[in-house]
Order: sequence, then C-alpha cells, then structure tokens
Amino acid sequence: MKKMLITLFLFLITMSVVFAETDNTLIPVIADSSDLIIDEFNYCGIESIEVKDAPNDDGTALLIRWEKIKDVEEFDGTYSLYRINVETGKERRIKELITNETEYTDQGLYRNIAYKYYIVAVNNDFQISTVRVYTEEITTTPNWFKKDKIILLLMIIVYILMIVLLVHTVRKGKKLFLRRLAGIDALDEAVGRATEMGKPILYIPGISTMSDIATIASLNILGPVAKKVAEYESRIIVPNRDPIVMTVAKEIVKEAFTEAGKPDAYDDNDVFFLTDSQFGYAAAVNGIMVREKPATNLLLGMFYAESLLLAEMGNTIGAIQIAGTDAVTQLPFFITSCDYTLIGEELYAASAYLSNEPVLMGSIKAQDYMKAIIICFMILFLTVFLTNGIINLFTDADIGFFDGIMNVIRFVFNT
Amino acid sequence: MAISTSIWIWIAALLTLSIYSFLYKDNPFYKFSEKILVGISIGYTVSIYFHNTIIAKVWNPLVHDHNFLVIVPLILGLLMFSRLFKGKAYLSRIPIAFVVGTGCGMSIPSSFENLFKQVQGTMPQVFTIGNIIILIGVLSTLIYFFFSVEHKGIIGKVTRVGITFIMIGFGAAFGATIMARISLFIGRIQFLLGDWLGIIS
Repeated sequence: MKKMLITLFLFLITMSVVFAETDNTLIPVIADSSDLIIDEFNYCGIESIEVKDAPNDDGTALLIRWEKIKDVEEFDGTYSLYRINVETGKERRIKELITNETEYTDQGLYRNIAYKYYIVAVNNDFQISTVRVYTEEITTTPNWFKKDKIILLLMIIVYILMIVLLVHTVRKGKKLFLRRLAGIDALDEAVGRATEMGKPILYIPGISTMSDIATIASLNILGPVAKKVAEYESRIIVPNRDPIVMTVAKEIVKEAFTEAGKPDAYDDNDVFFLTDSQFGYAAAVNGIMVREKPATNLLLGMFYAESLLLAEMGNTIGAIQIAGTDAVTQLPFFITSCDYTLIGEELYAASAYLSNEPVLMGSIKAQDYMKAIIICFMILFLTVFLTNGIINLFTDADIGFFDGIMNVIRFVFNT
Repeated sequence: MAISTSIWIWIAALLTLSIYSFLYKDNPFYKFSEKILVGISIGYTVSIYFHNTIIAKVWNPLVHDHNFLVIVPLILGLLMFSRLFKGKAYLSRIPIAFVVGTGCGMSIPSSFENLFKQVQGTMPQVFTIGNIIILIGVLSTLIYFFFSVEHKGIIGKVTRVGITFIMIGFGAAFGATIMARISLFIGRIQFLLGDWLGIIS
C-alpha cells in the first residue's frame, strides 16, 4: 500500500506539471492612436481590449481583457463595458467596471452569434466619452472537455480503481480493519433494551430522497437493525417522508425478517408513508413517539430543521437515542439530545460495518486511503507553509522553491 | 389595533395554540391540528404533483407536443404501482434502481469537486495565525475521521484536537440556529398578539 501511495503521489505531481495550463496567447486589438486623445470629456484611458472564447465551457461565454494607459493622470470616474450583437446591431451595457478591473467573463451568450465589445469612460458628471475602443468580432465555441478538471477525473479513476481492488480483496476473504464506533456498539444494547421493555423501536430514515447518500447509508443500517429486531421478536416502526424510500425500506425490513427466519413477524403496516411536508412529518412522528412510547429511537439519515423537534421529543419520553447524519448544521442538536451520535462519515462507516458487504467495506477503505492521500498533501503543505512563513518572518530571503511546492499542491486540488 | 375579525386569522391562531398545547402534554387539540397538517400537506402535494408532473411533464408533451420519449419515464413511474400486485411487486425495483443509480452517479463528480474545493480553500496564501489554525484544525479533524487506525498514541492526541475543533464548530452552529428559531418564535408571537389580538401594533 505504501508503494501504491508513493506511486500515486508521483503520478499526480507529474500530471500536475503535464496539464499545467499555459495562458493562451491573446491577439490584442490596439485602439487607433487617434482614439487616445485625452481631454476633459474625451477620455478613455484604455490602451487595448481583447476578447477570446472562454475556455472549458459549453460555448456560452467570452472572456474580455483590457489594459489601461500607464502614463495618463489618474482617472477617478468609471468604465462601462458594452456588448454589440453583430447580427442585430443591438448594443447593451453589460458591466459597470471598477477602475482596477482588467478582465470580465460575459456569460449566458448564444452560440453561433458574433459579438463585439467596447469600453467607454464615464466621468463623475456621468458624461460618456466619445472615444470607444473596440474588440474584433468573435463567436463562442463549445468545448467537449473541461480540461481544467483533468486532475479531478484522474482522482476519480484512481478512487474507483482503489474500490475495485479493495472489494476484490474483501471478496477473497481478507479481513479489513475498521475501528469500532461507540454508536454501533450501542445498537445491540438499544435493541435488547426495547425487547426487555416490550416496547417498539422507532427507526427514522431521515427526510431526504433515495438519491441522497445519507439515506442510502441509513437504509444499509436498517437491514441489520431489522434483522436483530426480528431475532429478538421485537417490533420496528419506520415512518417515511419519501414514497420511494418507503418502498425500499419495506423491502429491506421484509427481507431482514425473512433472513432471521421470522417472515410471519413482519407487519407491512409498520413501515409506512406519513407526509411529504417537513413539519407535518415532524408533528406526526412526535405524535407517534408520545403514543407508542418507543424504547429506542434511531434517527439515521439526512435531517433538516426538524432534527431538534424529533430528538428533543425522543429525549422527553426517555427513549435511548442513536442518531447519525452528515448534515453539519443538524449535528449539534443530535449531540445535545441523543445518547450516541454518528458524526458525518461515521454514518457511512457504520453502514459498512453493520452490513459487512464487501462493496461497502471496500468503498469505506478506499475512502480512508483517499483521505490518507489528502492528509499527506496537507501535512506537506503545512510543513512548507510553516517553514516558509518562519523564514520570511526573520529574514528577507525570498525562497521561490517553497512557493513552487505550495503552488503545485494547490494545483493538484484545483477544480 | 382591535381584535381580528378575519375567520382565517382566527383559524391560524387557534391552530397555532393547539400545536403549542403539546408543550403541556399530548391532547385532543394537538392531535386534531397534527392530523389537519398531515392531511392537508398530503392533499396539497398530490395536487402539486398532478399539475406539475402528470399534466406538465407527461400529458402536455405526449398529447400536445407528440413527444413520445416521455413514455420511458412514464413506464418507469407506472412500474411503481406493481407493488399493488403480489406476484409482480419485484418490477418496482426497476425504477428504484434507476433513481438510486442516477443519484449516486451524478453525486460522484460533484462530491469530488466539493472535496477539492474544500481542500484548496484550506491552503492559504498568507502566513497568519488564523490560517495556521485553519490548517491544523482541518488536518486533525480529517485524521479523526480516519477509520483504519485506532485512536491511540499520537493519533489519539491528534484526534482529540480534531474533536475539539469539531465541537467548537458545532457550538457556533448551534448558537446560530437557535437564534434563527427564536426569531421564528418571535414571528409567531407577533402574529398572535398583533394580527390576532391586536395588542401590539
């Protein structure tokens, strides 16, 4: 694995250098020298203006750059950038420029239509200069590939390869180590407690849709939990906000009960749809908590503003609560009102740990290795950043080598 | 200001009070307003889906524009109803697989892009104490979420720094959200005392 990481590191550095973008040479359109007469109202101050097709786009943007005359006295007015549609001849002011700006990307343009730009100066009395500096005509060109995302593509390929490799390793029977999480260890205890008390377990799979990764992770956890519930001959209630999530949850719970050898114990009415409304769902689940008095609440998935309403109610009825979400803004509420909280990625790790699926185990491991790569880059960056900063603090030495390393690392993560 | 004479204001005010009555304990007023909220929201959603999806995205393209491509998603949608027939319930897995597969596939590049943006945003240009704290905070937090090693020894110490940063972040988020919730509560009280009872202007 060490060799793989070193090879990967060198590979990324090489790719960074190979794909380092060189600035396309612009063809400047120098304004006619007669246009550059400076007087009180006839001021422009723009020496050259040039336009080129914006790179890595879908053919709807142009990049305009300009240079100011260096030796003229300071102009305290503003500039306005105008666009001319060559086909219709219509002119439109598209941007009020602040004086230190030197480029602008004009977006939302039509393909196959020629455009032309010019800049005028506007003085403090809102008088517009008669001098105009024009660009040449240009049409936009769509690009097949976003070349600036090449490193991203390479990283995704490397990540997928790692997953394939690790899944293969797990399938061959090799055990991969994942550290235990407190929330997972508490699951057994929570299900057992509910059985002892003769009360149900309330499983809330969040309020998001099936395309949300947190929902998928939650449903992966639902399987092993439902199996345990079936083994203990307890009851699990799963209220849903999304109809498709409900369909999947029904399948999972039913399958888990069958796997545990208790297909008859499965009650289709315990996995149900409540409402699509966020707070309607929260009100109804709170009602269920008060009336059914579950011994254990499992709040796993994607949550929004209703998280505190649910967790606080669970706390009030005295249920043992295990929560988990990757919604950063809702985690504080779960931490304060639940017994155990799976923070962010711990939710995904929990789903892999409990389901013991080779694909999930492999992907969690691959995620870890990806994190290791990022950590290595960040440690390198931090070391160089600190060294460079300390040297600069005490000496006047300008060490370009350190800047070079930092720029290469920044470029690797440039999207 | 006088007490409101609008029937809708009265309904809204009484439903608000019914929901707040849950703070005391579960009661018939809360149950009544809970059922109204759930029922109305489902009815409203069905109506919205019917007009925005069935009519706008299926009926109009198919009948008026003769765009027969919409038959594909229509069939996928109809397959969800196969759950109503015991022997054919397995067919509902096809649209589910489509939704899950598409969702996962689309989220991979965007997740990576977000990850890269975050990493790049952590790499500062200027040497300041604040920037050093950001770098150390991100690094230690990242190590906390590394599942392949136990939190022992030097890793344990680093992860303790990481969890401290996480908790500071959560504390700030908690405070900000509570402030937003209090402003919502103030809005409700203003409605009750102003729009309904007319005590405040």
